[in-house]
Amino acid sequence: MIYLDDAFRVKVGLAEMLKGGVIMDVTDARQAEIAEKAGACAVMALERVPADIRREGGVARMAAISKIREIMQAVSIPVMAKCRIGHFAEAQVLEALEVDYIDESEVLTPADEEHHIWKRDFKVPFVCGCRNLGEALRRIAEGAAMIRTKGEAGTGNIVEAVRHMRTVMKEIRLLTTLRQDELMAEAKRLQAPLELVQYVHDHGRLPVPNFSAGGVATPADAALMRQLGAEAVFVGSGIFKSSDPERRARAIVKATTHYNDAKAVLEASEELGEAMPGLDVRTMSESEMLSTRGW
Amino acid sequence: MARVGVLALQGDYEAHAAALRRAGAEPCEVRLAAELDGLDGLVIPGGESTSMLRLMEYYGLMEPLRRFGMEKPIFGTCAGAILLASDVLNPPQPSLALVDMTIERNAYGRQLDSRVVRLSEHRLGDGELEAVFIRAPIIRRVGAGGRVLATYLGDPVLVDFGRHLVATFHPELTADSRIHGLFLERLGAGAAKR
Repeated sequence: MIYLDDAFRVKVGLAEMLKGGVIMDVTDARQAEIAEKAGACAVMALERVPADIRREGGVARMAAISKIREIMQAVSIPVMAKCRIGHFAEAQVLEALEVDYIDESEVLTPADEEHHIWKRDFKVPFVCGCRNLGEALRRIAEGAAMIRTKGEAGTGNIVEAVRHMRTVMKEIRLLTTLRQDELMAEAKRLQAPLELVQYVHDHGRLPVPNFSAGGVATPADAALMRQLGAEAVFVGSGIFKSSDPERRARAIVKATTHYNDAKAVLEASEELGEAMPGLDVRTMSESEMLSTRGW
Repeated sequence: MARVGVLALQGDYEAHAAALRRAGAEPCEVRLAAELDGLDGLVIPGGESTSMLRLMEYYGLMEPLRRFGMEKPIFGTCAGAILLASDVLNPPQPSLALVDMTIERNAYGRQLDSRVVRLSEHRLGDGELEAVFIRAPIIRRVGAGGRVLATYLGDPVLVDFGRHLVATFHPELTADSRIHGLFLERLGAGAAKR
């Protein structure tokens, strides 16, 4: 089984170390330093944060190598970078660069509308987005060592993140209630491999850590996602599109750790300026939605 | 039964809690200084030492943890070992300085250099010891009172400092509960003395 071999355990091992933390999108060394200083457990190197990708349009690709390298040199925490869905050559370049994690991300323009990367071929670990349990298990079968629910990146709107996390967690809970002879039909319905469906049935959780992404803008958003089952939180545009990135980064780190302590979340929320402006997901057309990319 | 806490600021604290339960303890999570009261021992898990350090500073945990460690055992793995060390390199950073050793962060390299190995050079009885190294540090100097219990490629990876125990790898990510058992043994003794 894939999730028992040493190579896979090493990949999942780093995801384990990131639990309870905040992974922040950064576009240069200065932002990376701010993130590390605020307490981020990792940074995601990218050319433009999702809110800018959304605004400016065009094709969003893997970040410039010089930028990623500059960020890797600036901080001692793990550095992740995004490649386009299905663009295994971008992933090969990122592996050669020795980034710590690759995000095969719907935030960038997909390079392949049918196939995701066969991630087991890589030594570097991958994180992938999902909207439901079937999608999560397909990515894990391909070799993803960390799952994050997609949310709707660059909106500052938590509604899709909540929808995706609730869907995954509910599907996991339901799966644990099924009889053994119902699992094959459930695997067919989920469009996921039986062995992974069996694992979730037996353990009541994914075989890899399950994080949240896409729409976190406030400390309370982070606490909400943690209470819904996210083991860590990715924050994209929410920090560096706000009025005071240092403070907001610190506040979201505090709320992610003390997610069950309303007084601590209150204290973290109190000292903040303006959050990033939000977008109403209901008024967006299908083509504007990033979370529908990938399957 | 000994009361053991797991520092739950960031990192794989749930894996440690599960490993402690397998070894027969009932651990509790510690995020604030007041939650240290009444504990016989504490585990500082793996994770990012910089994140944990920031959260320790934000919530005034540095001094309470230092005072706790002057009397009670602490077991630190990876980031936990870094936080316990008296001297930290790559880059230098503050720490609890509860054990006399020099430790270098990310000393094997980046994630591509992370690995699972079976150690034969150890003092934990028969059989190999499985060790998961994730962006691991290397202990460059073991000071007074440190007894090396396991080595990998010639470097100490598990060191007993009498009261405290440090590992640069992650016993919480394996099924082998010998090291957690070793830590719990010293808490039992501590609790019986009072």
